[in-house]
Amino acid sequence: MTVQSVSLTIAGSGGAGVVTAGSLLLDAAARAGWYALMSRSSGPQIRGGEAAAMLRFATEPIMSHDDSFHLLMAIDWDNITRFAAEIPLTASSLIVGDPAHGDAPAGLLKNSPRVAALPMSEIAGGIENGRPNMVALGAIAAMIGLPPAAMRIVVETALKKKGPAAIEASMAAFFAGIDAAKNLPAIPRLPNVAADALPRWSITGNEATGLGAIRGGVRFVAAYPITPATEVLEWLAPSLAKVGGMLVQAEDELASINQIIGASYGGVPAMTATSGPGLSLMIESLGLAVAAEVPIVVVDVMRVGPSTGIATKSEQSDLNIAVYGLHGDAPHVVVAANSVADCLFTTQWAVHLAEAMQVPTLVLTDQAMGQARAILPKPAELTFIGQREVATAAVEGQRYKRYAMTGSGVSPMAIPGTPGLTHTADGLEHNEFGTPSSQASDHQAQMDKRSRKISQFNYGDHWAEIIDSEVGAGDTAIITWGSATGPAREALQRHADAGGKARLISLRLIAPVQPEKMAEALRGITRAVVVEQSHSGQFYRMLRAFYELPAKTLSLHQGGPLPFGPQQILDQMKQLNAGSA
Amino acid sequence: MENCAQKKKYLAKDYKSELKPIWCPGCGDYTVLNAITRALAEMALPPEEVAVVSGIGCSSRIPAYTSVYGFHGVHGRALPVATGLKLARPDLTVLVTGGDGDGFSIGGNHFLHACRRNVDLTYIVMDNQVYGMTKGQASPTTAPDWEGSKLTPDGTGINPFQPLVVGLASGANFIARVSASDPVNMAQIIVEAVRHPGFSLVQVLSPCVTFRPEQQEWRDIVRTAVVDYTDDAARAARRLMTDDGFNVGKVLYKGSRPPYRPEFEASNGSIGELEARFAL
Repeated sequence: MTVQSVSLTIAGSGGAGVVTAGSLLLDAAARAGWYALMSRSSGPQIRGGEAAAMLRFATEPIMSHDDSFHLLMAIDWDNITRFAAEIPLTASSLIVGDPAHGDAPAGLLKNSPRVAALPMSEIAGGIENGRPNMVALGAIAAMIGLPPAAMRIVVETALKKKGPAAIEASMAAFFAGIDAAKNLPAIPRLPNVAADALPRWSITGNEATGLGAIRGGVRFVAAYPITPATEVLEWLAPSLAKVGGMLVQAEDELASINQIIGASYGGVPAMTATSGPGLSLMIESLGLAVAAEVPIVVVDVMRVGPSTGIATKSEQSDLNIAVYGLHGDAPHVVVAANSVADCLFTTQWAVHLAEAMQVPTLVLTDQAMGQARAILPKPAELTFIGQREVATAAVEGQRYKRYAMTGSGVSPMAIPGTPGLTHTADGLEHNEFGTPSSQASDHQAQMDKRSRKISQFNYGDHWAEIIDSEVGAGDTAIITWGSATGPAREALQRHADAGGKARLISLRLIAPVQPEKMAEALRGITRAVVVEQSHSGQFYRMLRAFYELPAKTLSLHQGGPLPFGPQQILDQMKQLNAGSA
Repeated sequence: MENCAQKKKYLAKDYKSELKPIWCPGCGDYTVLNAITRALAEMALPPEEVAVVSGIGCSSRIPAYTSVYGFHGVHGRALPVATGLKLARPDLTVLVTGGDGDGFSIGGNHFLHACRRNVDLTYIVMDNQVYGMTKGQASPTTAPDWEGSKLTPDGTGINPFQPLVVGLASGANFIARVSASDPVNMAQIIVEAVRHPGFSLVQVLSPCVTFRPEQQEWRDIVRTAVVDYTDDAARAARRLMTDDGFNVGKVLYKGSRPPYRPEFEASNGSIGELEARFAL
């Protein structure tokens, strides 16, 4: 069944406490036993800019935002029209604003939503140290059915340091908001949930990425700050220290990737995290890690490009550089997370792949999932951790071959400190010993080896997430990757609710390509829609180049930062079926 | 506790590989290779506990000519590789070798920050004021009126980079200049550099006989510096800014900044504790 949910946005200018209000609401919903997803959007200002917290609540796990919002709670109207496109409203949506800040701007009223007034600043003014954002939270809680007790615990935790007076002031404003909500029109409410709800986590995609790295065995991280990847690093810095690892803030991305290459050459699994501009700088040294066969993990939290693009907003447009950016023939691995929770799985898997194959592995996530916070079921324990094939002792009478020819293509790696196995790892083409060589035969042999080790590796079922509609796969597929997977899953669910059959194929392993597995996944499929957030359709073109797609395949591609809504994908599926009679 | 068993003895040749260098006959870099292996023998470091890291250029070929662990990376990035290696493996002795183009042009930013970060590394720069591997272009340390390159037929017109002055200002903890014409002295200075904690910078005047044949005269021009090292950065700066670049053979500056080493709690946490913070 399609999930019963309520979606709302809290917006306001800097200082209005929008993101704080959103976080409190999310935490309270978690206490109440609900599931939730919160994304945020902000202007370019360093401090004090307009901001919006977009939230969706449900009693079951959710993967995506809805097509539109039931409620827009505007603490003020400053610059709110900049967000208008990101906050789709319908005729049944409700805008609640503070009359003290005037009327709702016309830009929000295109689809004739309902409009109501809540004198937040006036009500807050009547309470000592009362704040309008807490009044707004009270009204929201009353409207969506969030129990006040849940909010009290959250406020008590958040304001512990400020003391009981601050807590009581906040709660007084909150209850005044509940009271004032009696006069507001209704929006969907969620039911109460049994207290024995399944174990759940509150986590952002960027935090999940960091945790996946540590779970996978990463103990050295070097990185340079960049939006929207910085939170991965901010979480990792203290967390790595707790498990005996370290994070170094490097002077630039060139240093970041070369520091992790050095650490990994020293035997310590290593990672960096960046975004598109940083990845561009790292490309040359990714090739070094390919040639010298040094395992590293590089996370790219994608943002709108090209160039500086829109640093704070999401896009899936680094696929080409991740797959094709390296000069020469440079086999490497590219994986992509498909949700907040999957950032954990995919990053941990990436460490495993990098270590097992001694190959640089890129992890693509994006701003939308990286900076989103979700209340989700406790992720499963994963067994795989990075395991490098290591040479531990010299063989009597034989000189150690760092790049020895093996069936798998993986050569046991000697770690510095090991007697008798000294060698030089080299980005120059080399022979089996690592000695620089410009001979065609050495180049051929080493190319074959480097290519073989990633083409023969067993990636198991993790290459893609494949989900059939409850009534079966039928003959239709949605093929997608990354953040577009969330709305695609919901589209599949709604399609099934209407009795429709379809199969969702979300690729986690972008490179190396898996044509045989895809052929198996597409068996019986005669039509498909490819969904991605890229203006030029990078994913579609890649699929076209490497896979046999159904004769009838449509490409739904759009640049960021607007996310797909499930309905957009459903519309495309309808179009796919319309011409097929 | 170590017992009284004698420490194993090493000879310089124990640190040399069987590979024949690609360098031109008469190149100063041969002497540097000799001095490095001599210094390692002097310190009696087991070869597997030493790593030599380099970027790209003639002198950056050194790792493969040694019998220690080597890493030959991309142009200009030797210092970050060495930084990551030393931080991850503080038990290793890590040397970085390279040329003036690799270190001060394409790798210039890393040079500044390696000095500033002060990781316990020894950086040996073979300065020949020319790009040899690409057949003779002006480098950051080339004189402005050198007209030997087709790329800059009228000279660069740019004042040369002052590596030791910049290194001092950026925080290098040990600074010395040596001449390729005196490998015994060079080996001694390298031993001192390795033993001094933090980032040690050793500039070697290493002539390029092919593209700067006039540098063969350096052996006659260089002179042993008359003063001993100072630990006063301001005095060192005055000396370095007034010398002509040919005072060699002595340590010029020794600082006492503690080497960079990120602090971390002694592995007393568990992944479970990290995960518990996400649980509701």
